[in-house]
Parts: sequence; structure tokens; C-alpha cells
Amino acid sequence: MEIDSLYTQVVLAHNSSKRNRRHLEHQSAVVQGVNPSCGDEISLELDISEDQVIRDVSFVGTGCAISQASASIMADLVRGKTVSEAKNLSDLFFQMIRGGAIDPSLLEATVFSSMASLPARVKCAALGWRTLEKALAEGESKSQ
Amino acid sequence: MSSNPYIRDFPIFGESSLVYLDSAATSQKPSLVIEAMQGYYRSSNANPHRGLYALSSEATRLYEKGRGDFARFINAPDPSQVVFLRNATEALNLLAYSYALNTLKPGDEVVIPISEHHCNLVPWQQVCKKTGASLVYLYLDANGNIEGEEIGKKITGKTKIVSFAQVGNVMGIELPTARLIAKAHEVGAVAIVDCTQSICHMQVDVQALDCDFAVFSAHKMFGPTGVGMLYGKKEFLEALPPFLTGGDMIEYVSEQEATFADVPQRLEAGTQDVAGVVGLSAAIAYMQGIGYPAIQELEDRLTAYCLQRFSALPWITVYGKAAEGAGRFPLITFAVDGIHPHDVATLLDAEGIAIRAGHHCAQPLMHYLGVGSTCRVSFSVYNTIKDIDRLIVALVHARRVFGYGD
Repeated sequence: MEIDSLYTQVVLAHNSSKRNRRHLEHQSAVVQGVNPSCGDEISLELDISEDQVIRDVSFVGTGCAISQASASIMADLVRGKTVSEAKNLSDLFFQMIRGGAIDPSLLEATVFSSMASLPARVKCAALGWRTLEKALAEGESKSQ
Repeated sequence: MSSNPYIRDFPIFGESSLVYLDSAATSQKPSLVIEAMQGYYRSSNANPHRGLYALSSEATRLYEKGRGDFARFINAPDPSQVVFLRNATEALNLLAYSYALNTLKPGDEVVIPISEHHCNLVPWQQVCKKTGASLVYLYLDANGNIEGEEIGKKITGKTKIVSFAQVGNVMGIELPTARLIAKAHEVGAVAIVDCTQSICHMQVDVQALDCDFAVFSAHKMFGPTGVGMLYGKKEFLEALPPFLTGGDMIEYVSEQEATFADVPQRLEAGTQDVAGVVGLSAAIAYMQGIGYPAIQELEDRLTAYCLQRFSALPWITVYGKAAEGAGRFPLITFAVDGIHPHDVATLLDAEGIAIRAGHHCAQPLMHYLGVGSTCRVSFSVYNTIKDIDRLIVALVHARRVFGYGD
């Protein structure tokens, strides 16, 4: 694969952007995600309303450009979505990075479609989404 | 230098343009080793130490020849002082579980440098937890060395085991080996040396070192994966109870009791990796064919050249600096400003350059250095100045991809 198709302006801009890298005033969930073998780590913060809408999402953390940019792009994608819409996007993302279809609703996250040919880096791109899934699953078990 | 005579010994390079800069993780294998192992399976394969037929005797002979070859290579007094295991990690676990677990008491201390690979850290940590002993760390100075004062302060009458890598896999410099072993013995502690990184670059003489145990991995010295070596002083090895039990390590077995064979067989349960040991013999022959002086000359030139090229790049930070008179090994750990090591490795991989990036199985050291992860290049006899030139070009390209100027 052409490596420049991964380290695009979109990825580099999200990697260095501070927009989604902050703490939320209202946190309904704070969940840690780590890739132990890399040392990548993020703390994902969510503000989910009573009617299951993700009002805001942010993260803080350290790691490679792929892990940090992917988390930031994920934050942009799921902000304003319902929990079930966010879960659907997550499913589409994981399907894509495993070499499946590239769904246009993933918008900027489609840049990570090339991860399917970079097995060593799949977990980097997945970190934000995996942490989101953990947060949503914990939220669900709490509300039951 | 443009015509490195050793590259053609390594089929992996063939016609490819691979730049392999991760020999500290595992070395590439010369044809001599690959063919020796293939030859064993083609014409000598049988289960050693058992069959009463010629083929099994031949397998036994080759296996024991490997023991003798390695014993001579490290100047062990007797082949029976070499135990074959899977790797250095297994050798250290054997020492932790067979020796330390049976001897440590609450209040005792195990001393290791903070720079240790997880293989020489986690087994001691776990055994200390089980026995109530404490794991004490020797901290490094700013250059990655251990000062005499630190040694005097940490290795005390409470110390029962001192275990350390002669050359660390992150800093690439030789620790004060003689001093650590002498201090361990002065306080009555057992001295264990991990020679995994050192033996591919320097002569290891276990009698001159006077260590009580030493561990090695064949795959870091041009041999195959799956073969590790434990050397021990006779009286120490003989005191070790079996680690794994089963076939090949027994003397006599009844329904409820068993007596065990003498060392080394007592510590080698089950059918051993004969082909791997045959490969080790070939790897030793390969290294002896080149000789340490030639290996060191080539590697020193590569290391000095790489450090010189790095020093001209203000956005590269190199970790570790050898003490005056101590060896600098062909292993350089560094960071690239503004680019995470994993992104560096991916961008270099796209150019056909293999480097290591991450915590190098030394998380406590990374924490101590205040870095999450780093990049590492390491060299061997098949590397060239051209490889380093390509590395530099690729690093400059990586910086450009990330939007930095030169």
C-alpha cells in the first residue's frame, strides 16, 4: 500500500488538533483504553443525555498519530448521534479495518481503510472505537 | 565497505533490498545454519538418548556435540555445565523457580538494574511476591551507566541474588560486569549474567567473568529460535531441583516416586530440540569463521557512522552513552521529535527498513527515562554504511510527511 495514503493531511491535522483533546464539563462516562504492547492510552469522556444522545465526546491521551487521529475522527463522527447510531458506526469501522466494505457514512474515518493491509497497526486505529464500545456497554449495563 | 562479504551468507537478503536493523531482536540466519538443520532432518533425525539403534545414537551425538561446542565457545570448564532450554527467558525462569523460590526468605533481596529486559525482571518480581523477598533496583545515571556508589548502596548483606544483562537491549552499553559480580560475591550473593545481547558482539568467558550462572539465546547469535542455554558453576547446577519433570530427566520412576538424572539431563525434560542445537553448532562455527575482531571492527564502524549521522540531525535524541573505556554496542535507541516511534517504524517499513519501536520489553526503564516508547536500530555483520544512509533518508522523509522541514 502507498503509505502516504495513511499519513494524510486529515490524519496529521487530527493528530495535532486540540479540538477533541479536552475535558468535558458534564461527564456521564469516563473510560480508559490502552494498547499494552504499544503504550498508547486514551481516556475517553462522554456526555450522554437521558434520551441516549451523545451530546459531547472528548479524550486525552498519548500514542502514535494513528491512534490519536483515529480517536479524534471518531469523536467528530459520534458527537450528536444516538448511542445506537454510534454503535452502528463502530460496527462499520471494525468491518472496514478488517478488510470489509468501506461505508461512506464513516466520512474521514475511511482514511483508515488501509489498515487492513497493515496488521501491526490495526490496534492503533481501533483504540478510540474500542474504548467507545466499552463506554457504551458499561453505560448500558448501568442503566439496566 | 560497499562490498560487505557477509551479506551473501544470508539468503534472506537474496535479491531483495531489505534493510534489516533489528538484529538485537533476532539475528538473520546464514545458509550454514539453515542447511545444517535441514541436513539433520534429512539424514540424522531420531529421538536422542533413547533408541538403541544407530540413527538415535547419531542424533544423541549431534546433540551432545552442540553442548560441547557451546561449552568451549564460552570457556565453560565442562560440557555438563551447559543446559539446553528454549531461550534465555526460560533459563531465567528456571533460576527463579528452581533456585530462588526454594531459597529466598522474607527480608532477602534480589538486585537487578532498572534497565533489565522483562525476562530478567518479571520472574524475580513474581518470586519475590511469593517468598516475601524484596526486588531492589540499581538505577542508572544520565548516560545509562551504573555508578559504583549505587552498587555499594544496593548490594548489601541482605542481597541473595544479583542478576543483570551484560549489555542491555535498550542502552546498548556494557554494564560494569566485573564489578557487579565481585560485589555480589563479596556479600555472598549469587551472580547471574544475561549474555543474550553481548555474546553476538564480544567474547564471553564464563570462567573469567566468575559468574555463577549465565543465560543465552541461540537466535540472537545467528542460530535458530527455540534454543536457549544456561551455564552454571557445577555446585550450583547440582543443587538445582528439577524445573520441568517428565521423560528424559529421570533415573528411576515407580508408581509414587521418582529419582532424577544428574545435571544437565535433570533440567532437560522431554525430547529436546536436536535440530536447533545442530543449528547452534553451525552458528558457532559461522561466528568463529569470521572471528570477534572482524565482527567488532565492522559493527563499531557502523555504530560510529550512525551516531555521527544522527548527531547532525537536531531532531534526533539518542539515549545512553557508554562510560569511558566501556564498550558501545551496535544498538542505538533514539527518538524522533514530533513523530511517535510506531509511526516512524511504519514509515520506515514502507521504505523496506525494519527497525524496532516500542518499549523494547523494558517498561520500567522507559518509565524511568520518562518516555513511553522509543525507536531502536541494531546492526550485525550483514549491515552496511549504505543501510544507514537509507535509514537517514527515510527518517528525513518521515519528518517531511509529518510536515516538518529538514
